[in-house]
Amino acid sequence: MIWSKYSAPQAFYPLAGRLIPWFAAVAIILMVVGLYMGFFVAPTDFQQGESYRIIFVHVPAAWMSMFLYVVMAIWAGVGMGLNARLSFMMAQAIAPTGAMFTFLALLTGAMWGKPTWGAWWVWDARLTSELILLFQYAGVMLLRTSIDDLRRADRSSAVFALVGVVNVPIIYYSVQWWNTLHQGASVSMATGSKMAATMLMAMLIMTIAFWMYSIAVILARVRCVMVERESLPTWDDKPAVIHEAVEAR
Amino acid sequence: MSHSSMWDSISGIIQRDLLLAMRRWSDAAMSVFFLVIVVSLFPLGVGPEPAVLRTIAPGVLWVAALLTCLLSLSRVFTPDYLDGVLEQMVLVPQPLSLLVLGKVLAHWVISGLPVVLLSPLLGLQFGLDGEALGVLVLSLLLGTPTLSMIGAIGAALVLGVRGSGLLVALLVLPLYVPVLIFGAGAVTSSMAGIGGEANLSLLGACLVLSLFLAPWATAAALRVALE
Amino acid sequence: MLQAVGLSCRRGERRLFSDLNVKVERGKLLAVVGENGSGKTSLLRIFSSLLPPEEGSVRWDGEDIHQLKELYSGQLMYLGHLNGIKDDLTAVENLMSSMALAGEPCSESGAKEALEAIGLKRLVHRLPSKVLSQGQKRRVALARLWLSTRPLWLLDEPFTSLDTASTAVVTQRVHAHLQRQGLVVVVTHQEIALPAERLQQLRLAG
Repeated sequence: MIWSKYSAPQAFYPLAGRLIPWFAAVAIILMVVGLYMGFFVAPTDFQQGESYRIIFVHVPAAWMSMFLYVVMAIWAGVGMGLNARLSFMMAQAIAPTGAMFTFLALLTGAMWGKPTWGAWWVWDARLTSELILLFQYAGVMLLRTSIDDLRRADRSSAVFALVGVVNVPIIYYSVQWWNTLHQGASVSMATGSKMAATMLMAMLIMTIAFWMYSIAVILARVRCVMVERESLPTWDDKPAVIHEAVEAR
Repeated sequence: MSHSSMWDSISGIIQRDLLLAMRRWSDAAMSVFFLVIVVSLFPLGVGPEPAVLRTIAPGVLWVAALLTCLLSLSRVFTPDYLDGVLEQMVLVPQPLSLLVLGKVLAHWVISGLPVVLLSPLLGLQFGLDGEALGVLVLSLLLGTPTLSMIGAIGAALVLGVRGSGLLVALLVLPLYVPVLIFGAGAVTSSMAGIGGEANLSLLGACLVLSLFLAPWATAAALRVALE
Repeated sequence: MLQAVGLSCRRGERRLFSDLNVKVERGKLLAVVGENGSGKTSLLRIFSSLLPPEEGSVRWDGEDIHQLKELYSGQLMYLGHLNGIKDDLTAVENLMSSMALAGEPCSESGAKEALEAIGLKRLVHRLPSKVLSQGQKRRVALARLWLSTRPLWLLDEPFTSLDTASTAVVTQRVHAHLQRQGLVVVVTHQEIALPAERLQQLRLAG
């Protein structure tokens, strides 16, 4: 029956709706705590002064950008393997958030680079591979929007996401290789002074905060995608079918 | 499935593509001219200083090779897609990824091999000397098939999509980064006297990896495009 | 035996057909008819395995074609809307290369005989296909019917732009195939001049 086929998204829709506020709340609380620790509690770096504090945003953003790409590729792969539409919708919903974190990582990297290296942009290995990651996110999203047929858009961008995930590590190592060839050992962000425990703690809290934020935003976006695609009822008016689905769980 | 009919199918594809390329030799000639023109533009833009030209030569030649391959990508699958041969290809009782390998091989012979053969001449224009020229040719010989393999994935993904020419560039160019780095790096390091072996073997590794993975991804993309 | 079980197909927002069941025995021809946009071509593409159905399955001698994969492709000759011939090749080259691609290579004389059987004179064999008329191109594509040994033929509008004489020749060829226990699915708007016991019709509602 058709109902059984639609059941996954239809059951998922209200569930996602109830989860969003929780993830959002945790994200906000952790972000406040993490930023407070990063900006006020963590000790001043004796080499870089106060400017280093941007890494409390930069490093978690960079981690999330890569993590989300892998998660997107996994959903895409599951979608291809099991022919599950919800998976494709998840992949679609993840891409913009991942791209946002990539951009944030680049922006904060530039902000950190100006006082540290004296230039807004240097061809540092990490920054360069982040830039290429941003291109890949752009590729996934542009490929999807250029194809009108939904089924093909899903599958084509899934194939590209999967190809990209094989490439991300290769690109990362090749850029690092290239970097050492041209510049010798450059100033790198993680090395240098040993990280204080509070710094590490703040960074971890920020990472979890970003993670929770991603989940909240992605769930909200996947709900929009569902409404768009399945002609599901919108946010406010939920008819009986959906309540049934919730109770059936 | 017998090996002989598999070989019939693959060699049939290669033969037909090469025959078509001979009938339409102007297509291949255009790629070659494009390469020569792009490479010749750089001295005009940068200035004729031999030392500068020698420094930028590996990068310029490699970027030009990359762009040449990119421009020829629309010829890999699009004609077959438009005249229905691609449908027939998908329905051949052989693994599609092997047929794709045949297509890509033919594409490389038509558009990659001329680049490799022409490269020593272009290298001379930039004042590269004996060993660096050899490494340049070798790096292109190892690298351009990888470019064709990766490019085929992009070409298959954008089949019949509006604005496909620009889109394929956006998809494929980021994936070309490692090949560019190792290829140009091989020439640069041989010029610096540290030898290009490490970069060349990394290029070889890229080629092997793409031979295993790219036909499979391309086949998946082709099936999606034909649904 | 070709069998469709509970097929449904959706293109974009539109549902073309749902819960379609049909069974064709060997030696029979299934004529798929219906208005434009009723999903005839989509059905044929589902039969060919090019297009996966949204629901349901297609079975060949009782086995799901998506399990059979290449084994099924080896049973099948598909001729779509597009002729699958190259403008820069001659009729003979086109025919030989598409047979080689399909894994059933033929000799040059075999290709010429097939082209003559469908009424393309020797003069035409050596011309590049771009100078041929639509009907002639269609006939080059259809010449594969004389060379193929596959039991299942899937033909999408095979008679388009053919004159009456060629239509009769193709129909005869199809009839011969059915007599040898072949199975044919044809999407068509035209009447097919075959004995009634060979014919089976499927009408898709728009």
